Amino acid sequence: MNKFFVFLTSLSCIFGESNKLSVYDIVSEMDKNLNSNNRVLISEMIIHGRRKSRTIKSKSWSTGFEKAFTENLSPAREAGTKMLKLKDKLWTYSPQTDRIIQISGHMLRQSINGSDMSYKDMMETRPIREIYHLTLEKSAFINDRDHWVIFMEAKVKGLSYPKRRAWIDKEYFLPIKEERYAKSGKLLKTISMNNIKSVKGRWFPFHYRFKDELKRNSKGTEWIIIDIEFDSEISESRFSKALLRK
Amino acid sequence: MLFKIALKNLIGARLRTFLNVFVTSISFFVILFISGMYDGMRQYAKQTTIDTEIAGGSYWHPNYDPIDPMSFEKSHSKIPIALKKLINLKEAFPILVSQASIYPNGRMMPVTMKGIPPEQSIINMEGNNTDKVNPTKMLANHDEIEIPVLIGSEMAKKTQLKEGDTFIIRWLDSEKAYDAMEGTVMHIMNTENFKLDIGTIWIPIKKAQNMLNMENEATYVTYNEGIEKVKSSGDWLHRDVNYLISDIEAAIEADKPGNQILFFILLCLTAMGIFNAQVLSIFRRGKEIGTLMALGMTRSRVVGLFTLEGALNSFLATIMTVIFFGPILWYFAEKGIPLPMDYSEMGLMIAKRLIPVYSIGLILTTTILIGIVVLLVSYFPSRRISNMNPTDALRGKITT
Repeated sequence: MNKFFVFLTSLSCIFGESNKLSVYDIVSEMDKNLNSNNRVLISEMIIHGRRKSRTIKSKSWSTGFEKAFTENLSPAREAGTKMLKLKDKLWTYSPQTDRIIQISGHMLRQSINGSDMSYKDMMETRPIREIYHLTLEKSAFINDRDHWVIFMEAKVKGLSYPKRRAWIDKEYFLPIKEERYAKSGKLLKTISMNNIKSVKGRWFPFHYRFKDELKRNSKGTEWIIIDIEFDSEISESRFSKALLRK
Repeated sequence: MLFKIALKNLIGARLRTFLNVFVTSISFFVILFISGMYDGMRQYAKQTTIDTEIAGGSYWHPNYDPIDPMSFEKSHSKIPIALKKLINLKEAFPILVSQASIYPNGRMMPVTMKGIPPEQSIINMEGNNTDKVNPTKMLANHDEIEIPVLIGSEMAKKTQLKEGDTFIIRWLDSEKAYDAMEGTVMHIMNTENFKLDIGTIWIPIKKAQNMLNMENEATYVTYNEGIEKVKSSGDWLHRDVNYLISDIEAAIEADKPGNQILFFILLCLTAMGIFNAQVLSIFRRGKEIGTLMALGMTRSRVVGLFTLEGALNSFLATIMTVIFFGPILWYFAEKGIPLPMDYSEMGLMIAKRLIPVYSIGLILTTTILIGIVVLLVSYFPSRRISNMNPTDALRGKITT
């Protein structure tokens, strides 16, 4: 009986915070922080290779989950390369070939610019709570900060990662660390976030690190946000295919 | 009589005849040898493809395009009943094709993952000339291993994998979800068919169907030699041997013009030698021509004599080729020609020891071609004789 009481007490300690917030509320808050109606950002992607690293600077415009337009600004070799995402379709334009290519099927599995991110990774458009069953596993400390550990299991078909686990900061409501698993449970990818800053009343990470865990000795890919604007005006024409060639 | 005189004249010319005959026989030899090599290459590629890959032919899923990996995602379905019957009779076997990524030594590499029944004996990926066990059998009875894998030697070299090594395989299943497991190299096969080797991993088909969530599905079905085309293969497309080796034929055909230029140069050299000898003969043998005419030989017979002398060159060249070069040709046909490099790395299906094939057709066409060329270059200079005046010819004056 005593053991049962201790167990109940410890359970209430672990999940004390979740008395107010359900796991779905936590994830909704997280989605709110990470996503917005409109967003314009300038970022740098640092792709660490075995021998050397490459940095690609780009500017992106996005509206909700479904529309996004990215243009590479530097280096000269990559400048002018554009990418348009509309719902589940993705097109890229390369000035070298002057061609627009739709990325579909197995091409989505390819990495973006040799990074640890695949096109498929950025094609996930639906809010997490709609596509995953969520389970609050426990609380855990990372760098002396308290986090909820949430396990996600796919409730719809067609998701790249059937299982995910996220460590969500209890103050920032951001997934400071995330692990993405294969169907078999094998860890495929990890994503970590830091350099959290407050922007227009929300917490937002300015530094991401993506890592393909199947690659040995990989340093992963860093994504650094240089400047971000939330809820700014974006013209509908920004998301037209015609703009890819301009 | 004309033949006897022509032969005597040829023998009398000694070194000049020998040189003409020798040059002609070299051309004969080179043309035969190179054409034989090409026929050998074609025959080898065809036989190797049949033995190691296509057997009697295949039935493809309508969306399947082996040179477009993007098509693999949509090129699988349940096997048509008629083909299923062939499989049950062990006269055919299914193959399931998909894309995957492997991580040998932690580095990512895109590959084509093919599921094959380990027990099949219709093809032997190491070729039928080997006494070794069919390599697909090495995939059988390994329930304790997550994914037993068979790879080719070139693939092993590229990935630095050895037998017993493990590596991660990642794939997208039919529901577009990522999955990954550990593969173990069960066997490294030594195949001369690069299409089965480079960029391909082979796993048991049941495992592949299970991994990809495609139970009882396949991309194509390969059937045994001698099996007739089935009447109803549904929407699956029948591909016969000729269709399946058309790419090899095209590659060999594309290489032919270069050799035809070489043959042309060789024939020109032969023709020039004989042409030169004929012109010189007519110039130097003016008195002989005049005597023959004075003794009553008609102009046309004299032209015939000189043409015959020239044409006999090709006959003697044929004999010389058989005597001098025949043993070399025979030796290569028996022992083969060791090639300095492994062409499979370049995507060519060429044996490491190439055996030329000299068909009757090749020998006959080469003989006839050289004969005609020699006859023509012997005839044209001889025509000058028909314009000769016998008295001038007797004085050794050549007028045309």
